[in-house]
Amino acid sequence: MMPMLIRRDRASTKAAVLAPVVAVLAAIVVNLLLFMVMGKDPVAVFYAMLLEPFLSWSSFSEVLLKMGPLLLIAQGLAIGFRAKVFNIGAEGQFILGAIFASIIPVYFPQATGGWIWPAMLMLGALGGMLWAVVPAFWRVRLNANEILVTLMMSLIAVQVLNYLLLGPWKDPAGFNFPQSVMFQYDAMVPILLPGTRVNVSLLLAFAAAILAWAYMQRSFGGYQFLVGGLAPRAAAYAGFSEAKAITLSLLIGGFAAGLAGAAEVAGPIGQLQRSISTGYGYAAIIVAYLGGLHPLGIVASSLLMAALYIGGDNAMVSADLPVAAVRVFQGTVLVFYLAAVTFVRFRLEWPGSSGAERGSKGA
Amino acid sequence: MTGLSFILAGMLAAATPFLLAALGELVVERSGVLNLGVEGMMALGAVVGFIVVYHGAGHVMGFAAAGLAGMMLALIFGWLALGFRANQVAVGLAVGILGQGMSSLIGNSYESLTITGLPKLSVPVLSDLPVVGGLFSQDIVVWLSLLVTLAIWAMFRYSHLGLVLRAVGENPQAAHAIGYRVIALRYGAVMFGGAMAGFAGAYAATVYTPLWADGMIAGRGWIALALVVFGTWLAGRVFFGACLFGAVSLASLVAQTEAWPVPSQLLSSLPYLVTIIVLGIITSNKRLLKENGVASLGEPFGK
Repeated sequence: MMPMLIRRDRASTKAAVLAPVVAVLAAIVVNLLLFMVMGKDPVAVFYAMLLEPFLSWSSFSEVLLKMGPLLLIAQGLAIGFRAKVFNIGAEGQFILGAIFASIIPVYFPQATGGWIWPAMLMLGALGGMLWAVVPAFWRVRLNANEILVTLMMSLIAVQVLNYLLLGPWKDPAGFNFPQSVMFQYDAMVPILLPGTRVNVSLLLAFAAAILAWAYMQRSFGGYQFLVGGLAPRAAAYAGFSEAKAITLSLLIGGFAAGLAGAAEVAGPIGQLQRSISTGYGYAAIIVAYLGGLHPLGIVASSLLMAALYIGGDNAMVSADLPVAAVRVFQGTVLVFYLAAVTFVRFRLEWPGSSGAERGSKGA
Repeated sequence: MTGLSFILAGMLAAATPFLLAALGELVVERSGVLNLGVEGMMALGAVVGFIVVYHGAGHVMGFAAAGLAGMMLALIFGWLALGFRANQVAVGLAVGILGQGMSSLIGNSYESLTITGLPKLSVPVLSDLPVVGGLFSQDIVVWLSLLVTLAIWAMFRYSHLGLVLRAVGENPQAAHAIGYRVIALRYGAVMFGGAMAGFAGAYAATVYTPLWADGMIAGRGWIALALVVFGTWLAGRVFFGACLFGAVSLASLVAQTEAWPVPSQLLSSLPYLVTIIVLGIITSNKRLLKENGVASLGEPFGK
């Protein structure tokens, strides 16, 4: 006998809160089993991957460092996802942000002054936004699916980065490595927590979260995105332009990802190089969903995903786990989450049991 | 060999990974389901196929294992998208990320290893022709892919199954009302798509470039998704689209070997740029999409 999904009268808040917790627990169990099959010590992996990031201030500060870009990008993406605008090209927008921010230190390596890093962040945000203009135009004017266009733009961004690093922007004193010059002191975002690598850009990420939350709670604009995505016709009837909502959400996503990219080169990395992103743009998609596309939920999910990155690095060293294990973990978390989140809108019913009876107790 | 005859000779082989994956996705989308996980299913198929062939089990077993691996991933997709009625876009992305992660994880200790591909089978007389001769000298998988293209075209044009699948994609409520099992048919289509993506990956890693390198699928699964749109959900047009992309990727190889004064990165981006441009041209023609599009694409079905 197969259980059936019955639509709830109203969405279950309890299920919405429980879904990510259940998903993460299920993913932990499945992945530890997988690592056991691979011949790794599950206890060592569990300790290194899931506990160690939180056990010392130095490793927790690294978690906070990773959390910044994930939080920022995911907040931007969630605005679009809520409106059913699927920008999956944050990776490319992140790279363009890093490239645009690098313009100043690459062409003016001697420049000094407190204006440099803020200008770099602004340029980076602009770069990410410009990279999102193409999919926005293609979607609104040419009716082309933004999923494919944003993804293609990401693949192109990687090539643009390679071109710059192997060609015009290569550090002449860099032993032929594909990387730019090291940035000057004034090109670096100031440190926020002394003794760590956490810089002021983390505050920007939190500001973005608060802004997104306030916008969604208080203003009509948040409602506009919701309506634009869920019911285009209703949106049009209420006087909202669907095209405007699509364009705006893509540009905001690009802006946030570009800003994150700029903060990464002007922060922990300090130069433009090939490995500026460890898949932040793709991981942020998972962060956005796991946070229930809610600005506050995303704060929690970005912390978790950042810890997973740091824990994955730990496990690579101490438990000999391949880097790809983190991506498998991320994938399984999202798979389980999407299954669990079904129960926000539906409940299970077994054939034979009385639906009416359960209906009156549930919800 | 001149550039043109080189492109003609290699075009079909270069097109085959695109073609197999796109034909699979064509059937999936015709049934009303959008599976964005093609890239991940291809990546998993590629590594599984490679490992099986590497350990000496041969190409037949390699393709079978790759198809099975793609189907397993497609089953997870189906379970979430059809069973749990989850958002198909999100599930496709999740399965794609999972597939790519599994692919790097499994292939970790096989990085940069090589195997032997498949011999070419030539059509007598035709393959000796000047310039176009190379077109008639292809490996067995290419020849079979042409047959599969023909079979899928014929299925949608002439068979009852094709008609039913189209009905399920066009109007699942009506199809359900007259007694067709919508979810079961969609499961079937999704599994078929998974197997085809697995074959496409296996072809890429065991025949076209018989080596393993992490990330070697390099966006070909995404281009296959775009090809379904280019082909306006028709097998014949998807075939021509795949050939175009096969030719484009070879043209960039020719340009690199003949040292054209163009940055190699621009040539590597060419397939992605062409995808964006062609996608814009096709989708801006709303009449074309309306005639052939799938009405319920991406919408979950439940009573």
